[in-house]
Amino acid sequence: MTAVADLMDYAEVVERFDPVLGLEVHVELSTDTKMFCGCPNLFGGEPNTHVCPTCLGLPGALPVVNGKAVESAIRIGLALNCEIAEWCRFARKNYFYPDMPKNFQTSQYDEPIAFNGHLDVVLDDGEVVRVDIERAHMEEDTGKSLHVGGATGRIHGAEHSLLDYNRAGVPLIEIVTKPIVGMGARAPEVARAYVTALRDLLRAMDVSDVRMDQGSLRCDANVSLMPKGGSEFGTRTETKNVNSLRSVERAVRYEMTRQAAILAEGGTITQETRHFQEADGSTSPGRTKETAEDYRYFPEPDLVPIAPSRAWVEQLRATIPELPWERRKRIQAEWNLTDEELRDLVNTGAADLVAATVDAGAEPGEARSWWVQYLTQQANAREVELADLPIAPAQVARVIALVNSGELTNKLAREVVQGVLAGEGEPDEVVEKRGLKVVSDDSALLAAVDEALAAQPDVADKIRGGKVQAAGAIVGAVMKATKGQADAKRVRELILERVGA
Amino acid sequence: MSNISRDEVAHLAKLARMAVTEEELDVFAGQLDQILDAVAKVGEVAADDIPPTSHAVPLTNVFREDVVRPGLTQQEALAGAPAAEEGRFRVPRILGEEQ
Repeated sequence: MTAVADLMDYAEVVERFDPVLGLEVHVELSTDTKMFCGCPNLFGGEPNTHVCPTCLGLPGALPVVNGKAVESAIRIGLALNCEIAEWCRFARKNYFYPDMPKNFQTSQYDEPIAFNGHLDVVLDDGEVVRVDIERAHMEEDTGKSLHVGGATGRIHGAEHSLLDYNRAGVPLIEIVTKPIVGMGARAPEVARAYVTALRDLLRAMDVSDVRMDQGSLRCDANVSLMPKGGSEFGTRTETKNVNSLRSVERAVRYEMTRQAAILAEGGTITQETRHFQEADGSTSPGRTKETAEDYRYFPEPDLVPIAPSRAWVEQLRATIPELPWERRKRIQAEWNLTDEELRDLVNTGAADLVAATVDAGAEPGEARSWWVQYLTQQANAREVELADLPIAPAQVARVIALVNSGELTNKLAREVVQGVLAGEGEPDEVVEKRGLKVVSDDSALLAAVDEALAAQPDVADKIRGGKVQAAGAIVGAVMKATKGQADAKRVRELILERVGA
Repeated sequence: MSNISRDEVAHLAKLARMAVTEEELDVFAGQLDQILDAVAKVGEVAADDIPPTSHAVPLTNVFREDVVRPGLTQQEALAGAPAAEEGRFRVPRILGEEQ
């Protein structure tokens, strides 16, 4: 449908141009209810079952602000070193699109709740880059569209669309950076590192489940180029649909090479929204961007202003937990790691997960081993970031505890983890559902032992005759019969007991 | 004296999804001029010490507890929909791109 774009070699791009980035990150808050009504804020569910007159935009329905969401917004602002507005309002952003049943999105316009902050971001080699934050404001998420009739489920070629408003009205915080300049060839890496740092921060604060694969953390990347040494920003594009950390880096890099090729030919960049294509890492044109005036923002008449008292802000500041970079410094000291070991742990995305697993009661060595070995393999196999694996540190800690208490063998523990990753619930539920408990009930084991001894009378005789090591064959048979769920040591004891050796 | 052009009226009509005839463009341009002039008069009496008012009640920080309240069932939600399919609202083909 669209011709393949010409791309400039990356080395030439950064020799001839300076990239300018602007990153907009949308975070869905993990409150119990939506932003302006008491509907549950849950991912998925049967379509249109988490809805009410307010989030469906029915006539006469009135919104009421979720206090917890405001609290989270202020906390996020504080963690990002922002100033918190003394007084601010919501605004209506007007546009017609079926994913917004009200025909406007309740957002904030020129009075964001938090502004003028920064986030220090550590790159892969340890270099620290300060990213300035323009603002963080509150708004609501849209519904989900399902396009029917198009070949790819995309809007193009669709005959009609189906709308599910379960997500409409879910609290969102939009965090916008100031222009990020002077990064040169490292711009794509900085973009990824920034979103990673933001994700780690939000996770540590427990304000969002920050699942990029489920859309609870989404990044729009604004990219423009200016001639090397220039100071006037070029025309930018905004790439959406960037659903993983790796994609953030790829999308920025792709836009740099695409725009450079156009500019080098004397062409001009169209200011537009572009869609990231996960399959080949390219971007394709979307709609031409509306100007802010076209949204006809005005103060939301149905919601009164928010004026956080300084006392409240200070109270919230005190609730900000140990931040990821502080925690990393602490674990480095506590676990006696070299800079390099710590960086490896951080770069694989394991550091905070291991620390959180330790906080949930696991021993550091065991926690490290699970995340760095088995779970890293699982993440690689699924081509997702370690942190995006659908398992939480507390769940890993629970599995470790089950192994330590003898309820699971290591082999069974991996099966339990598989079950959690497959969405079968908490570790204990998986154990229950899959029947994975170590068989410690002697009567069940004895039956299996008797059966194995009867099946191999010659081996039984050998054991009886004093060849205790021959019991291994019977242990093997029992383990096979119990599908590996028996404690091998106990089986051996029972065999010896049974043959009277 | 403001001066709203026919093009601006047509643009606003498009944003508001309103069908406006050629004749109406002229009528509305004139009427919008008058409305804007009338509103501009407020600026003549509003001094720097008078903050703009968006809300008539002197209230701030009206919050709700983060507690789930019962909503609508799927059947109730879709009851007023002109068309529904697979538990979802069915809408005609969407022109333009996703937001």
